Amino acid sequence: MTVDHRAPPPPSGPVPWDKDFALRLLADMLRIRRLEEKSAELYGAGKIRGFLHLYIGEEAVAVGALHALSSADNVVATYREHGHALVRGMAMGAIMAEMYGKQEGCARGRGGSMHLFDAKTRLYGGNAIVGGGLPLAVGLGLAAKMQGEDRLTTCFFGDGAVAEGAFHETLNLAALWKLPVLFCCENNLYGMGTAIERAESQTDLCVKAASYDMPALRVDGMDVVAVHETTKQAVARMRKDGGPVFVEYQTYRFRAHSMFDAEIYRQKAEVEAWKTRGPIHTFTARLKAEGKLTEDEFLELDAVANTEVDVAVAFAEAGSWEPVEDLLKDVHTP
Amino acid sequence: MTKKISYREAMREAMHEALKNDPRVFLMGEDVGCYGGTYAFSKGFLDEFGPERIRDTPLSELGFVGAGIGAALGGLRPIVEVMTVNFSLLALDQIVNSAALYRHMSGGQFSVPLVIRMCTGAGRQLAAQHSHSLEGWYAHIPGIKVLAPATIEDARGMLAPALADPDPVVIFEHGGLFNVEGEMGDSWEVDITSAKVRRAGKDVAIITHGGSLPKALAAAEQLAAAGIEAEVLDLRVLRPLDTATIVASVAKCRRAVVVDEGWKSGSLAAEVMARIMENAFYELDAPVARVCSAEVPIPYAKHLEDAALPQPDKIVAAVKGLFA
Repeated sequence: MTVDHRAPPPPSGPVPWDKDFALRLLADMLRIRRLEEKSAELYGAGKIRGFLHLYIGEEAVAVGALHALSSADNVVATYREHGHALVRGMAMGAIMAEMYGKQEGCARGRGGSMHLFDAKTRLYGGNAIVGGGLPLAVGLGLAAKMQGEDRLTTCFFGDGAVAEGAFHETLNLAALWKLPVLFCCENNLYGMGTAIERAESQTDLCVKAASYDMPALRVDGMDVVAVHETTKQAVARMRKDGGPVFVEYQTYRFRAHSMFDAEIYRQKAEVEAWKTRGPIHTFTARLKAEGKLTEDEFLELDAVANTEVDVAVAFAEAGSWEPVEDLLKDVHTP
Repeated sequence: MTKKISYREAMREAMHEALKNDPRVFLMGEDVGCYGGTYAFSKGFLDEFGPERIRDTPLSELGFVGAGIGAALGGLRPIVEVMTVNFSLLALDQIVNSAALYRHMSGGQFSVPLVIRMCTGAGRQLAAQHSHSLEGWYAHIPGIKVLAPATIEDARGMLAPALADPDPVVIFEHGGLFNVEGEMGDSWEVDITSAKVRRAGKDVAIITHGGSLPKALAAAEQLAAAGIEAEVLDLRVLRPLDTATIVASVAKCRRAVVVDEGWKSGSLAAEVMARIMENAFYELDAPVARVCSAEVPIPYAKHLEDAALPQPDKIVAAVKGLFA
């Protein structure tokens, strides 16, 4: 099947939120953006090593979706999860220290960028096996259901994961057992460097999900309003009916897959066109047009985000290394 | 008081007890419910405990083993039954890349208190795709415990401490043992940390586990008739290995043969031998020998399958070779 790689038209229509809420979501998108821009810089400076996958361009998905959840809900994310961790409530310093490999990091520096964990905010990773988080999410959903808890499990994964067997096994189980799992597919059109139409015989991902007998919704993932409203609708349905829902967020990654990617598989013009649809500046423009945001207020939000980044970097810089004597700590079967 | 009971019944009693005593425990796997368990380990459970806790799954090993991991993370104590080790390869990603790693990789925040049980081994003319002995692969992985109950007592007793363990525990049950009967006393409390001497001896230590234990004991009887007193050590716990007990047996007997149904190259037997080299080299009067499966896919025809697997006469020959 052919897939239209062109950026969708810019979002329009009124923002159905009060100013406070709208600015909260804008602020979160800015926090992710500034955190990741700084992370890229620190990668260049050798402070952050290993793999670093940036979410830049996709911020509306994590922000819009996660603001539709309650703090009791579980979140399972991928290796492109800095934004999810941040919006979920993890301190930016704990994220930055983790990327530095310092023991003040959320996983004591053992996981790095791809493995952010936080029991407090019920973030179950940070999974760097494509599709690997999906079966875990079903199990978390099963545990919640069997224990009679009012708790959804939200599982983020990319379009690449849809080709994995785990996707199909998991959607089948979740629908079969009517588990409260929200499947959040961040479709950014590429599994690393492979365009979706080169990986999928059926490129309509909602058709795949619907074949497992669950509701499947598609939304413009560049529009934080649409993301949030659609996710809210999915969440309400799940809290009422119990079973799983699949949501495809159509989005786009502005940066390379990781820091090792020369991006020879896509046209610069395509990337540039999508950048004109950036979730932050289009949302900013809409809020300004509606009189819900002034330029000064925007600059203030941005300054706050930058300050938070500076504080996080200072925290990571001041952090310490886990003693080598603790190497085997937390492995109970040496 | 003792009673006669089969390995199958012992395992069934152990699961029954766990399900009765702890509402967090549930059993999940292919045909554990309506069918009563592939090997009848869970016969009658569905009626007694209901479909929520005796959960039949689709043929979806990656999915339901991963779901077990997630359910353990979510506060339950799942027993996940994988029909055989052969099919567990479809779930290996979730076991190795999630269950085994989560505690350490999360900085100690998350644990996966999960028990995965599976049938292992050859000897029943099931041919190459149903005859693997891959417990050595699992024993390679830090973060999981690997058990091989080879006796009635262990079949009855190992599950409770496995479920109480905060980490994932994989239990390998050799298909050749299910109908073995034995006496069981009133107490079946066992640990999941130590190797155990099943037959005391002084001339040679035969170190083995799982389905090879009865073969090793049979070999020891033959050797006794020839004037060689063999000590038979049952590893029981394949990870972490009880090196101290292995070394004690070897130091006492000064000779050792490792019997392992896995293939020789890169086997658990190789690991046991390496530990003997590291810890008991100067105690030895002869090189350590081993009896493993022939390095070939396990054939269907009985005479070929028998020839491929460790057998008592091969163990006897290996022992006698150390005295030549």
